[in-house]
Amino acid sequence: MADSPAPLLQLRSLGVSYGRGIEELRAVDTLDLDLAGRECLGVVGESGSGKTQLLLALLGLNGPAARLSGSIRYRGMELVGASSAQLASIRGRRIALVSQDPMSALNPYLRIATQLTEGARRHLQLGRRAALARAAELLALVQIDAPSERLRCYPHELSGGMRQRVTIAMALMCDPEILLLDEPTTALDVTVQAHVLELLRAVRARTGVATLMVTHDLGALASMANRVAVMYGGRLVELASAQQLYTAPRHPYTAGLLRSLPRLDQPLPARLPVIGGQPPDLADLPKGCAFSPRCPLVHARCASSPQLRAFPDGHLLACHYEGTPSQVAGAWT
Amino acid sequence: MLRFLLQRLLTAIPTLLVIATLAFVLLHLAPGGPFDSDKVLVPQIQHAIESRYHLDEPLWRQYLRYLGELARGDFGPSFQYRNTSVNELIAQGLPVDAAIGSAALLLALLLGGATGLVAATRPGSWRDQLPMGLAVLGISIPVFVTAPLLILVFAMRLHWLPSGDWVAGSWRHLLLPALALALPYTAYIARIVRAAAIEALGQPYIRTARAKGLPTHVIVLRHALRPTLMPLVSFLGPALAGVLTGSIVVEQVFGLPGIGRLFVTGALNRDYTVVTGVTVLYGALIIGFNLLVDLCYAWLDPRVRART
Repeated sequence: MADSPAPLLQLRSLGVSYGRGIEELRAVDTLDLDLAGRECLGVVGESGSGKTQLLLALLGLNGPAARLSGSIRYRGMELVGASSAQLASIRGRRIALVSQDPMSALNPYLRIATQLTEGARRHLQLGRRAALARAAELLALVQIDAPSERLRCYPHELSGGMRQRVTIAMALMCDPEILLLDEPTTALDVTVQAHVLELLRAVRARTGVATLMVTHDLGALASMANRVAVMYGGRLVELASAQQLYTAPRHPYTAGLLRSLPRLDQPLPARLPVIGGQPPDLADLPKGCAFSPRCPLVHARCASSPQLRAFPDGHLLACHYEGTPSQVAGAWT
Repeated sequence: MLRFLLQRLLTAIPTLLVIATLAFVLLHLAPGGPFDSDKVLVPQIQHAIESRYHLDEPLWRQYLRYLGELARGDFGPSFQYRNTSVNELIAQGLPVDAAIGSAALLLALLLGGATGLVAATRPGSWRDQLPMGLAVLGISIPVFVTAPLLILVFAMRLHWLPSGDWVAGSWRHLLLPALALALPYTAYIARIVRAAAIEALGQPYIRTARAKGLPTHVIVLRHALRPTLMPLVSFLGPALAGVLTGSIVVEQVFGLPGIGRLFVTGALNRDYTVVTGVTVLYGALIIGFNLLVDLCYAWLDPRVRART
């Protein structure tokens, strides 16, 4: 984690929890994570792994029932417990969010133009005309034809892929430093997914916006992320460069996830491999390692929580198993 | 849109016909007649009265005559108020109810709407629970309790406002009856707006708006207001028709010459034309305002606009 001197975003033992006492539910548990300028960090996990809660925490949008603990520093500014005025000056302006489902992320009652421009008019004090010009420019950037006509449309008049492009353009309106992507392709058709991913890569290449992309789709991340973090049961279980993580995963969970991806370069098996069992219930997490009930390498020591340890190459892992990546992969066959 | 309007107006005709027929049949099924009384009338006089109002004709002739007059917008002569047509009676009563009803609904909208919105921004807090508790009171206390209470406090004790009577154009005479009528509507509207706003504020697009760093009032007014108005609009249509045709209780307590009182006394006296007239008017208003509700939907929601 010492790769950059002053990370743009620095998360230290971040926690997001709901309820109190024995009812307490930790959606995100003591998470340490850095995001450097211009990089793309991917966060992978099943539903309920805390990845969306993590994104919302960065914007202070978890809702009144959630409690945040630990620290989120953006350029040295503490966001946990920040005033609503401070948060409002960050939201959309410095850190922008692209939501999961473009069908519901856009307000059906308002024109695209209104929804695109309102943030920029507020944060950048742009006039109506300047904001509209900027909106048209960004719609062109996300490859929407006839942008000024599209601006007059309502969301229901656009296709799903187009709406997701609009939400991406909307997030870029104020030229933010950090782009948060919450499963940006999950709700889309497969062919559209590829287009949107390609578009996101192009946007990143052009604007250099640092990106935190959360997804359960390792395939979608492969082409985007510089580093990938794997979350399980609200905790970070593995973090490595994309290259390392995809070729030599060290956590049994990561290895299992990668094994269950269908591969185009190999004959398709009769049945895709799966990780048995259920995603963990946050209200009733197993003792020790949360993955142990589903792990092929489970051992008596897994009853205690594994601490995150670093390998010389910077690879981070929270697992007791000492074997090599190939031994981990072998455990699944 | 024009096609939609025409279609709706055309379907209104058979609906009104059914209403008019039911009102006519039910009234004539009821025992007694408009000129029955304890005194026995001389047969010649009885006969003269009945023939003047065509009550001696067979029922089907009366029905056809009634429909013919309705088609021309004529509700017929009143049986109780001599030499006065039902149209004239309604024309006298309607402005009273319209003034009180619209003032009441306006008050209810402002007060109930604001309360509901405030409650919805912090569900479960005292700003939600206190007004919603009061709203339950507002709905459950009948107007015949609140209206005399208002008179007692503001007219009898404080002498601020007159206790009743009607002077056209005088807001002081309007205020207490409008207030009495507004209370239950305020409570209903507060609850409708609260529920609708909580639902609207829970939509994913509200999170998008928050993520843009917009202040709360912009989020509520620009992003959440329209979806909140949808259920309110469907409540207001029939409510408007209701207040226009008068509240019997409010008119009775404050001694107002409105349609509601006309209707009840008409029903008691078997004043056939008054009852059928007010019933058909009420039906027409309901149909009209429901059409207006649909137009409002189209105005509020672009997706509805696309469909019509």
